[in-house]
Amino acid sequence: MKELKTVNKPVRKKDAMQLLTGQPVYTDDLIKEPCLIIKLLRSPHANAIVKEIHTEKALALEGIEAVFTYKDIDQDQERYTIAGTSFPEFAPYDRLIIDRHVRYVGDVVAIVVGKDEKTVGKAMKLIDVEYEVLDAVLDFRQALDNKTIVHPESNWKLPVDTGADVKRNLLAKESSSMGDIDEVLKKCRYVVDRTYHTKATQQCHMEPFTTFCEIDPYGRLHITSSTQIVFHIRHIVANALHIPKSMIRVSKPRVGGGFGAKQTAVSEVYAAFVCYRLKKACKLVFTRKECFTASSPRHEMQMHVRIGADENGIIKGIDLHTLSNTGAYGEHGPTTVGLSGHKSIPLYGKQEAYRFTGEVVYTNHMSSGAYRGFGATQGLFAVESAVNELASLMNTDPIELRLKNIVKEGEIMPAYFNEPLTSCTLDKCLIRAGEMIGWKEKGQRRILDNGKIRSLGVAIAMQGSGISAVDVGSATLKLNEGGFYSLIVGSADMGTGSDTTLSQVAAEVLDCDLDHIQVFSADTDISPYDSGSYASSTAYVTGKAVERCAMKLREKIIKAGAKTLECDPEKCEFDGNTVFCEDKAVSLIDIAYTSMVFNNEALEVSVSNSSPTSPPPFMAGTCELETDPETGECKVIEYAGVVDCGTPLNPNLTRIQTEGGIMQGIGMALSEDISYGVKGNVIENSFMEYKIPTRMDVGKISVEFEPSYEDLGPFGAKSIGEVVINTTAPAIQEAVYQACGKRFYELPIKAEDIALAKDREEK
Amino acid sequence: MRIELNINSRKVCADIDPDMTLQKFLREKKYYSVKCGCETSNCGACSVLLDGKPVLSCSVLAVRAQGYRIETLEGLKEEAEEIGAFIADEGADQCGFCNPGFMIAAIALFREDPEPSDEKIRIYLSGNLCRCSGYEGQMRGLIKYRDQRRTA
Repeated sequence: MKELKTVNKPVRKKDAMQLLTGQPVYTDDLIKEPCLIIKLLRSPHANAIVKEIHTEKALALEGIEAVFTYKDIDQDQERYTIAGTSFPEFAPYDRLIIDRHVRYVGDVVAIVVGKDEKTVGKAMKLIDVEYEVLDAVLDFRQALDNKTIVHPESNWKLPVDTGADVKRNLLAKESSSMGDIDEVLKKCRYVVDRTYHTKATQQCHMEPFTTFCEIDPYGRLHITSSTQIVFHIRHIVANALHIPKSMIRVSKPRVGGGFGAKQTAVSEVYAAFVCYRLKKACKLVFTRKECFTASSPRHEMQMHVRIGADENGIIKGIDLHTLSNTGAYGEHGPTTVGLSGHKSIPLYGKQEAYRFTGEVVYTNHMSSGAYRGFGATQGLFAVESAVNELASLMNTDPIELRLKNIVKEGEIMPAYFNEPLTSCTLDKCLIRAGEMIGWKEKGQRRILDNGKIRSLGVAIAMQGSGISAVDVGSATLKLNEGGFYSLIVGSADMGTGSDTTLSQVAAEVLDCDLDHIQVFSADTDISPYDSGSYASSTAYVTGKAVERCAMKLREKIIKAGAKTLECDPEKCEFDGNTVFCEDKAVSLIDIAYTSMVFNNEALEVSVSNSSPTSPPPFMAGTCELETDPETGECKVIEYAGVVDCGTPLNPNLTRIQTEGGIMQGIGMALSEDISYGVKGNVIENSFMEYKIPTRMDVGKISVEFEPSYEDLGPFGAKSIGEVVINTTAPAIQEAVYQACGKRFYELPIKAEDIALAKDREEK
Repeated sequence: MRIELNINSRKVCADIDPDMTLQKFLREKKYYSVKCGCETSNCGACSVLLDGKPVLSCSVLAVRAQGYRIETLEGLKEEAEEIGAFIADEGADQCGFCNPGFMIAAIALFREDPEPSDEKIRIYLSGNLCRCSGYEGQMRGLIKYRDQRRTA
């Protein structure tokens, strides 16, 4: 292979210095005055009907422009979804902009619009609402066939059959299997049979959900928003407002983090509705409290795992049943549950049978959505914890047990849609992660002189690279005056640096400096179609589109050069600066000029790309914990992660992705919790209560790569963004067990749980 | 009420409500580097310097800032570029939303102690949350910046 000049190099993000010097690049920095302020009055009840709502006093306040209630929304019209997904949508159409029936604490009761925040805040307090409070479904284990139906309305609609039975609160169900799992498990010498519970967790993107809307010079609705999915937002808003898609333009400036949260139109519809109604510019910025209580967190799941191995330590089968809590609305419920099985079971390649069954239920909790890992994180917590317990049961080393059983390159993965495993270095990742933490030297448990316990844990993980045969990534490249290129994409760099990595791919193919690629993303009026930045798709799906697009533009440049040189394009070569033909040559700059004078052939190419498969990236993670047996306090001393993401397109950025994923996983394992009060209100509604790791909490994070080469990816690349969050919780769970002798089957595992478990044991 | 503030060495006068926070005031005056990430004094994204000391502008009333020298990142471009280059070289800027608050704290730290220990860096910046980076890249950048200054 040719030596890489730009790809696989740790170059700076193209926007780095703008971000680090605090330039105004986010949605709320770019609003135009005058701009109306929108705030949402939210329900204090988990399930209620608005009997009456009085807005007169609020409307009488000077500076209040409008107050919208359910009376402004035809309650019988077609409903819509705010999930960003490709056609056909697996998400139910179960929302109205303002529904008379509110279904969780935080559901919208009124939209208040005024000249400034203070006035709007005052007006909110002047609105009187009378509710008929109904019983609420607050435990997802009791949702199915509950006497309370979360969506009793007649205009609830499902674009695609998900196996739903809405009168039973069942949103979706699915199953897949191979062989007779009951029979196989019966024959196993060792079986672990456990039920795991992961709660909802919050993405905590530092930039809150923010949307600005204005009417453009053509009378169209222009939405500027902090989103991962500009094209899906256009679709969603058109459905919600019942207006033609041609009347909507969606752009995203810099996005202050997403992690999946912004794959759902959490804030956009309200601002779009107000702007289109009033024909005035307006903005909606969520408070952090709203981000915690009325957003789109990870699905709470309960997973029942049965896993069996024979006397030789061969894992013969996994049986997994997942119950998922979608909350009050469906959104990503039908699509997340499957990943809990499809991205955990295939890790073990010697199974004779497997079964995965999943059910998704409605409750009166805040609606769930997409969060990094998207169901795989939950499933892997369960399956990997069970594998660790299996190793204990067999009295064998959990790394050795895995090395004996993991899937290998070249094998078919029955539980992963029978896709072939075309690239994989998971075995190397696992060995290296063990070495990095000092697995053999330290042993899994040792007591320090001060009485604290050091313990080790391990887990492995996979994810996908885009959604097979669904996701579309596209790129447009054009040659400009002076010989620089414009790269235009529709994927959303939400801080990952994808604008830069995609530019690296283009620069590599076009043999130019990275500075010669000027990148733009993303705008529905300008960008070629892209499903959006989610499902670990950007590097792999859009990246390949960029590679193919750049190859085509290369050919065009050579052709244009050949025309100038009056020779056969077949005999021409292009080195990035000059097209040569034997002893004749023409510069790229001159080719660019030529294209601007008496020219009928645009030096511009657009390419769309989809993949029939979703090659999984892999990761092995090991951790060293220090537990204080007196207080239960448990600190991560070191976390070692080794990743196979194919070719790392930019080693700096893949490293940071991994470090960030591990950090979020530490939060999920040890401190981040969403609990509900008796009335169905989220208790952890600020950073005071919802404890994400600070830099004092993460210990040392060590990251390495064991690159494989994925032929279908750009320069051998697979995805990186999601797989990196998946090993942390099960590895920590194992280390906690090693430290205190108790296995925890629910996250997060808090110091008080560890301390109390010990106390209970002593009594 | 009428206030007169010294922001990045410029006099700014305005009529404000007494309960207006410095964070809201600065954004209203288009100092957009000042972010709002929480409202509960937890995230550090709204950090500014008050007489050289980093404070959370969401927890300071605008009126209370009278008589102090207020510096936002807009007024600290040179230092931000100098330190920021080391963060950029690690790819640790990421989404960037926490960067201005983080840079303010980092600038204050290095003014106060040109050779802080790793532990001191960690403690000094512990109030600046970042959800992208896992903090390691930011640490690598600051350590390299410190070490390069030592040898320079």
